[in-house]
Amino acid sequence: MSIKKIHKDQPDTFEFNEKSLKEAKKIISNYPDGKQQSAVMALLYIAQRQNDNWIPLQAMKYIAKFLDMPYIKVYEVATFYSMYNLSPVGKYFFQVCTTTPCMLRGAYDLVKICKKKISEKENTLSEDGKISWMEVECLGACVNAPMMQVNEDYYEDLNDKKLEEIIDKIYQNKIPKSGSYTGRINAEPVNNRKTLLGNKNA
Amino acid sequence: MLKDEDRIFQNLYNDSGADYESAKLRNDWKGTKEILEKGREWIINEVKSSELRGRGGAGFPTGLKWSFAPKEVGSRPHYLVINADESEPGTCKDRDILRFEPHKLIEGCLIASYAVNAHKCYIYIRGEYFNEGQKLQVAIDEAYKNNLIGKNSLNSGWDLDIYIHYGAGAYICGEETALLESLEGKKGQPRLKPPFPALIGLYGCPTIINNVETVAAVPTILRRGAKWFSSLGRPKNTGTKIYCISGNVNNPCNVEEEMGIPLKDLIETHAGGVVGGWENLKAVIPGGSSMPMLPKEICDNMKMDFDACVENKTGLGTAGIVVINNDQDIIKCMARIARFYKHESCGQCTPCREGSGWMWRMLERMAAGDATPDEVDMLFDVTKQIEGHTICAFGEGSSWPVQGLIRHFKEEILERNKFDPVVKKQKNIPYLVDQHLLEKENA
Repeated sequence: MSIKKIHKDQPDTFEFNEKSLKEAKKIISNYPDGKQQSAVMALLYIAQRQNDNWIPLQAMKYIAKFLDMPYIKVYEVATFYSMYNLSPVGKYFFQVCTTTPCMLRGAYDLVKICKKKISEKENTLSEDGKISWMEVECLGACVNAPMMQVNEDYYEDLNDKKLEEIIDKIYQNKIPKSGSYTGRINAEPVNNRKTLLGNKNA
Repeated sequence: MLKDEDRIFQNLYNDSGADYESAKLRNDWKGTKEILEKGREWIINEVKSSELRGRGGAGFPTGLKWSFAPKEVGSRPHYLVINADESEPGTCKDRDILRFEPHKLIEGCLIASYAVNAHKCYIYIRGEYFNEGQKLQVAIDEAYKNNLIGKNSLNSGWDLDIYIHYGAGAYICGEETALLESLEGKKGQPRLKPPFPALIGLYGCPTIINNVETVAAVPTILRRGAKWFSSLGRPKNTGTKIYCISGNVNNPCNVEEEMGIPLKDLIETHAGGVVGGWENLKAVIPGGSSMPMLPKEICDNMKMDFDACVENKTGLGTAGIVVINNDQDIIKCMARIARFYKHESCGQCTPCREGSGWMWRMLERMAAGDATPDEVDMLFDVTKQIEGHTICAFGEGSSWPVQGLIRHFKEEILERNKFDPVVKKQKNIPYLVDQHLLEKENA
C-alpha cells in the first residue's frame, strides 16, 4: 500500500510544538517509570496530527530520542500499524470500509464514487489537493454498513448518492455532519425496535 | 423474547445519556462499595457460579480466569487490561458500550481490579474508535471527580487508576498477548504461551485481560445475583449477550438477547428478516468472520450459544452475525474475508503469513471461475496446514471460514470451476503449479 512507502521529500527537522509536547508528557506519565516506550504509539499519532496527517522520518528519530529507545524500534512500530501514514494524505482522508459486511451492503458502490469524484487511484490527491481516499479493512461499525471514516469521524449508512453529496460539500468548504445518513439513531433497528421501549418513551 | 428488565445494557441505543447522573438512574454504581466489602473470594465465587463466559470470542469462564491471578501480590504489581480492540468483521458491540454505557465498564473495572489485586487498569481501544475513546475518557474523568475511582475509591480503601491506550489499526492486537506487546510499545506480534499472561503478562507482571462486554456485565451480575444470571440461557451458556446482526437483513442492528435464542428468531424479530424473505437466505456467519459459515438448512433450527454452535462445527465467537442472501456471490464474499486475513496477518509465523495470501489468491480465482477442480481439495489442504501450526489463534481464524465454505458449498465451487488445463491432458508436469495461468482459449 502506497502510504506505507516512505515519502521522497522529507523535511530536515521535526520537533513537537508546545501543545504536542504537553500531550506527550501527559501520556508518558500514564505508564510506570522506565516503561516510557509504551507511549510510542500515542506519540507517533501526536506527531502525525501535528504534521498534516503524515509522519516524516525525522519525527521517528525525534520520538526515539524523546523516549530513549532505538530508532529502528520506532520505525518498526510506524510501519507495522496501518493507521500511521508515512506519506502525505489529503486534508480530508476518506477511508472506505470494504470488508464483507460492508461489501454485502454496497461498499464497492462507494469505491466507484471515490474513483469518479476524488481520484482514479487510491492514495492520490484530488485535483484541488484536499481529499484522498483508500480502501480499508473492517472499521467496526458493521450494523451501520456501508460506512467510511473521514479523519476521526464515522459516516454511516451511506449510499452512492449520499457519498456524492458529502464529497461535494467538502469541495465547497463545508464540513458535512458525521453519523448515520438515514437518520437512524445509533445501532437501533430502523422502524422495527422491539426492545427497551420504556426507555425510549421515557 | 427477553424481558426488558433483564437486559443489562439498558442504554444500548442511548435513550438517556451516558453521563454519571443518567448512569446512576440505571442503577450503575449502586451498592458497589458493599460488593467490594464482601471480599475477593466472594466476588470470584459469585462470578464463577454465574457461569459467565468471556464475550470476546473464546468463551473462557471469567471467574476461573480471575482465580488464576496470584492470591498475594509479590514483588511485581498486578495489572488489569481491558480489550476494546474490537476489529472482528461483523462485530460492533463494544463500540456501543464504550460510548453509551461507559460507567458500567468503569464500575466493572473497579470490581475486577479489586478481585485480581490490580491497582492499574489499561483499556486498549482500537485507534479508529477515537471518538468513542474520548467519550470514555469523559466518563473516567467524571469517575475520578466523584471519587468512584482513584485514591481510596468509594472510600473502600482500594486505589485504582484507569488509563486509555489507543491502538493503531491492527486486528491482531485483539489477541491478548499481541495486545500486551502493543501496550509495551512494540509491534503487535503474539507471544508464545505458556507462560500465560495471568502469571507473566504486561511488563512481565501478572495480568488479567478481559473483553469490554464481559467486564461491563459483572456489576449487574453481582448486584442481581449469580442465580438471576444463570437462570437465563442454559447451563454453561448462561446470561445475555449483545448480538450484532449485519449484512443482508432489512434492519441491521445491535440487540441484547438471552443466550441460546434461535437464530431465526433473532433475524426475523429484531433485524426485520432477510432481504427477500427467509427462503432467500444463503448462509450465515454466526460469530464474526473467523467462524465457519452455516448454510440455510442448519440456520433453520440453530440456537445461538457457545455449545450449540460447536455442535454445528462453528463457534459463537463475538456473536457478530453476518447474513448472506442468495443475491450475493458466496465465493466472492469469502474471498473478501480471506483478503482481510491476508492484510491483517502479523507475519510472525510462516504458515499464516504465506498461507493467508495463498487462500486469498486461490479464492479470487475460484470466484472468477479460473481454478481447476482439484484445486478445491488443495485449498482445503492449505487450510489444514495453517490451522494449529501458528503461535496464536489467527491461523484458525483465517482458515475456518474457508473450511466452512468448502464444507457447505463445495458443489457450487466445482460447478463454477470446470476448467481443466490443457497441459494436464497432454503431459503431467507435477511441478507446474501455475497451470491456471495458461489461457483458457488454448484448452
